[in-house]
Amino acid sequence: MDILYKIFLDPFVQMGAAPDLLVQTLWDGLVAGVLYALIALGFVLIFKASGVFNFAQGIMVVFAALTLVGLYEHGVPAFLALALTIAVMYGLAFAVERVVLRPLINQPDIILFMATFGLTYFLIGLGELVFGGDPKVMISDQLLLPRGAYEIKVFGGFVQLQKIDIAAAVIASVMVLALGVFFQKTRIGRALRAVADSHKAALSVGISLEYIWVVVWFAAGIVALATGIMWGARSNVSFALEIIALKALPVLILGGFTSIPGAIVGGVIIGVGEKIGEFYWGPLLGSGIETWLAYVIALIFLLFRPQGLFGERIIERI
Amino acid sequence: MRARGSADVAAGEVILSVEDVSLAFGGVRALTDVSFDIRMGEIRAIIGPNGAGKTSMLNVINGFYHPQRGRITFQGRARTRMRPYEAARGGIARTFQNVALFRGMSALDNIMAGRTLAMHANLVFQLVRFGPALNEEVAHRRRVEEIIDFLEIPHIRKVPVGRLPYGLQKRVELGRALAMEPQLLLLDEPMAGMNLEEKEDMSRFILDVNNIFGTTIALIEHDMGVVMDLSDRVVVLEYGRKIADGTPDQIKTDQKVIDAYLGVAH
Amino acid sequence: MFYREAGQFKTSYAADEALFPILQDRIGIGVILAIAFVVIPVFGDAFLLNAVMIPFLIFSLAAIGLNILIGYTGLLSLGTGGFMGVGAYACYKLTTVFPDVNVLVWVVASGFFSAGVGLAFGLPSLRIKGFYLAVATLAAQFFLSWCFIRVPWLYNYNVSGAIEVPLRTLFGVPVTGATATPLTRYLIVLTIVVLMTLAASNLVRGRIGRMFMAVRDMDIAAELVGIRLLPTKLLAFAVSSFYCGVAGAMMVFLWYGGAEADVFNVNQSFFVLFMVIIGGLGSLLGSYLGAALIFILPILLRTIPPKFGLSIHAATVEHLSFMIVGALIIFFLIVEPAGLARLWQLAKQKLRVWPFPY
Repeated sequence: MDILYKIFLDPFVQMGAAPDLLVQTLWDGLVAGVLYALIALGFVLIFKASGVFNFAQGIMVVFAALTLVGLYEHGVPAFLALALTIAVMYGLAFAVERVVLRPLINQPDIILFMATFGLTYFLIGLGELVFGGDPKVMISDQLLLPRGAYEIKVFGGFVQLQKIDIAAAVIASVMVLALGVFFQKTRIGRALRAVADSHKAALSVGISLEYIWVVVWFAAGIVALATGIMWGARSNVSFALEIIALKALPVLILGGFTSIPGAIVGGVIIGVGEKIGEFYWGPLLGSGIETWLAYVIALIFLLFRPQGLFGERIIERI
Repeated sequence: MRARGSADVAAGEVILSVEDVSLAFGGVRALTDVSFDIRMGEIRAIIGPNGAGKTSMLNVINGFYHPQRGRITFQGRARTRMRPYEAARGGIARTFQNVALFRGMSALDNIMAGRTLAMHANLVFQLVRFGPALNEEVAHRRRVEEIIDFLEIPHIRKVPVGRLPYGLQKRVELGRALAMEPQLLLLDEPMAGMNLEEKEDMSRFILDVNNIFGTTIALIEHDMGVVMDLSDRVVVLEYGRKIADGTPDQIKTDQKVIDAYLGVAH
Repeated sequence: MFYREAGQFKTSYAADEALFPILQDRIGIGVILAIAFVVIPVFGDAFLLNAVMIPFLIFSLAAIGLNILIGYTGLLSLGTGGFMGVGAYACYKLTTVFPDVNVLVWVVASGFFSAGVGLAFGLPSLRIKGFYLAVATLAAQFFLSWCFIRVPWLYNYNVSGAIEVPLRTLFGVPVTGATATPLTRYLIVLTIVVLMTLAASNLVRGRIGRMFMAVRDMDIAAELVGIRLLPTKLLAFAVSSFYCGVAGAMMVFLWYGGAEADVFNVNQSFFVLFMVIIGGLGSLLGSYLGAALIFILPILLRTIPPKFGLSIHAATVEHLSFMIVGALIIFFLIVEPAGLARLWQLAKQKLRVWPFPY
C-alpha cells in the first residue's frame, strides 16, 4: 500500500505543494527537449533525404563545436571562426559523400547505417587527436549569445529562465520553419524527398544523387553546429555529448524518422518526460534514471505503435 | 495426358471450401462473396485478369490475410482466422509469385527448411549434434535428396539460392513446399517468367506431384495452354468476384470469361 | 593445388554434413588447436597470455554470441555489454553466496541468468522490427548499466561500487584471484571457448540454425514453412545472451580479476558489434577474425612503432585505433560487406585453383 502511495500519489502531491518548482522542472524539460529536438532534426534531415540513419550526427555536433572553439583558441576572431567552421562542415559533407556514400549507393539501408557507425568512431578518433580530449568552454559571449536569466514570479515562487535557453528555443523554431519550407516548397526539397524514397528512381529521372547528398549533409552539419553551440553554451563541449546524442533515438521514435515537426514534438515530450520523471519519481528508484528513462518511454511507445507517432503504418504486401 | 479422368476426381470429397469470402484493404475490395471448393486429389486452377484477386485468395487460404466476412473450411475444420504457421502445420504449403526463398542459404538448406515441422530434436541435442540430432538430420536429408532428384536439381544443391537463375529458384521453392509433404499445395504463377522448355518441365513436375504423391494442387496461372492442359477444374475471378466455375472446356466457351479477358465494349 | 577437393568423396550424408568435410581444413584446424593448446602455453610469455590471448578468446565468444543474434537471426542488438555484465555479476553473486561450489560451474551457470534477461528484453521483438529493435536493446543496455551502478546488492555493498574477484581453486590450483597464473586462466578460457564454439557450430548447422536464418532472410516465408516467429526470436536472444553472459563472467573472473561499475557500458556493446561487422555477419570464423583485428590492432599500434624508433603516446594510440577501426568498418562495408570471413572464403577459392588464376 505504501509503495502504491509513493508511486501514484506522492509525486503529484509534491507537484501541487511547490508549483513553482513544477514550472521550473517543466521549463528545464522543455529546454532539454529543444536541444534533443535539434539533434533529432539533423537525423531527420539526412534520413528524409537519403534514407540513411546517420548515427554520426551526435559526433558531428561535438566536432562542429570543437572546431569552432579550437579555431578561436588559435586566435581566429569569433565570427570568422564561425564562418570557417561552416566551411569545414561543408568539407566534411563533401568528404562523407565522396568516401562513404557514393561507393555504397544502392546498398541496403542497414549497410549504410553501419557505415555511419564507422564514421562516428573515425570522427571521435580524429576529434580527440586534433583537439584533445579535455572539455572546452563554448565562446558564447564572443558569438553575442545572451547571458543571465529572467526571473519570473509564478505561483508564489520564482522560476528562472536562462536567456540562452530562450535563444535556443527561438533558433530551433526558426530552423524548423525554414527547413519545413525548404522541403515542401523548393525544387531541391522535392528532389530530396524523391531521393529518400528511392535512389534508383531518383537517378532515373536525372536527379544528381551526389549533389543532393552533399546539400543535405551540409544542412545537417549546419544544424549540428547550431546544436553544438547551444549545447556548449549551457554546459561544456566534451565528447560526453556524443552519448547524449543517442538520446535522439527515442525522440525519433516518438516523432517519426521523417517528420521535422515530429522531431520537435518528440524532443519536447522526451525532454519533459525525462525531467519530470527524474525529479519526482527518481528518488524512489535512486538517481540517474535519466540515462534510461527516455528509452523505456520509447520502448513502451513502440509496443503500442511500432511505427512511431508520426510514422506511416507498415503494410506488408506479399 | 493424365492418369485419371476429370470425372473420377470431380467425384472426390472436398478438401477445402471457400464460402462467401470478402476481403478489403481500406477502400480496396480485393474479394467479394467468393465461394468455391477444391476436391481431394484434383488440380484446381484459379485464373482471371490482373487485379482479379487471385493472389489475395491464396493469401486468405494460407492465413496471411484474414477476410472480413466468410469462412474457409479445410479438411472439415473451419479455419478462417489462422496464422500462416498454423496453415503450414495443417498441411498447406505455398509458393510465391516473387520467389520467397531464404537468400542467405543454399538450395539444399532451403528445402531442408521445409522439413522443420517434421524435425523434433531439441536444443540440447542440437548443441551436441552427435547422436539423435545428427541421425534425424541425416534421415531428413535422405528425404530431401529424393525431392532434389525428383526436381532434377542435384547439381545446384549447394549453391546459394541468390545466385541461381529464376527458373531454378522456382524449382527450389517448389522443392521446399514439397518437403512439407502437404495435403494442399498452393502455387502462385509457377510458370511466370519461364520459356517453353522450362514450362514443360514445370508442368511435368506439377503433374507428377499430383499423380505420384496424390497432392491436391491449387494454382494461379496466366498461361491458358497450361491451365487447359493441367487442371481438372477452373475457377475464374474478375475484380474480386467469381464469374465462372467448371471444367476447362466449360470455361473456354463461357462468354463471361471471354469478355473478362478480351474486354467488352460499353 | 594444395586445396583440392577433387578425390574427396563422401559416401554418407553424415560425412557430407561434417564440420570440416575437406581434409585440408581438418589438418588446418588440427594445427590451430595444437598451437593453441600446446605451443602457446609452452612458448608464450605472461604478456601474450594476459594481454592478448585471453581477452581475444573472451571477445571472440562474445562476438559469437552477438553474431548468433545479428548475423544468423537478423535481430540488431546494442545490448551486448549489458548482457555480458549480467553474466559477470550473476557469477559474482553466486560465488560469494555459494563459495564452496566450483567457480567454473558458476561461470557457466551465469549464462543462464544472462539468457533469462536476454529473453525478457527480447520480448518486444515480436512487435518491433529491424532498426527499432536496436533502440529497444539500447533501453536494455542503459537500464542494465544503471543497475550495475545503482543496485548495491549486486556488488555486495562495496563502497567503491567495484567488485573484486575472490580466490577460487580447481583441484587445488588457483584459477581466479591474484594468485591464479596466466597459464591456468588461459587454458580454462581456451577450453570453455573451444567447447562453446563447437556447440554453436552444431547449432547453426542444424534445424535451429536454419530456423534462425529463415527468420533473418524472410520472416514471412519462415512462417510459411511452419516456423513460429516469436519463440524462434526469443530462442535466439536466449542463446546469444547465454554466450555473452559466459563471456562477461570470464572477462571479470579470468581476465580482469575485478570490475568497476562502468565496465559493461554501451561502448562495450559497440566494441563487440564492430567485431561482428568486420569479421563477417553470420560466420563463426568471422567472429574470431573480427575480434582478432579489433582487439589486436591497438596492441600492434603500441608495440610495433617503437621497433622503428617512433614512439607513440598511449592516448594517441587510442585515438588512432578509433580512427582506423572506423575507417576499416567503412572500408569493409564498401569492399566486402560480408567481412573478413568472406575474404577468407575468397582466399580459399583462390587456393583451390592455385597456381592457375581461375
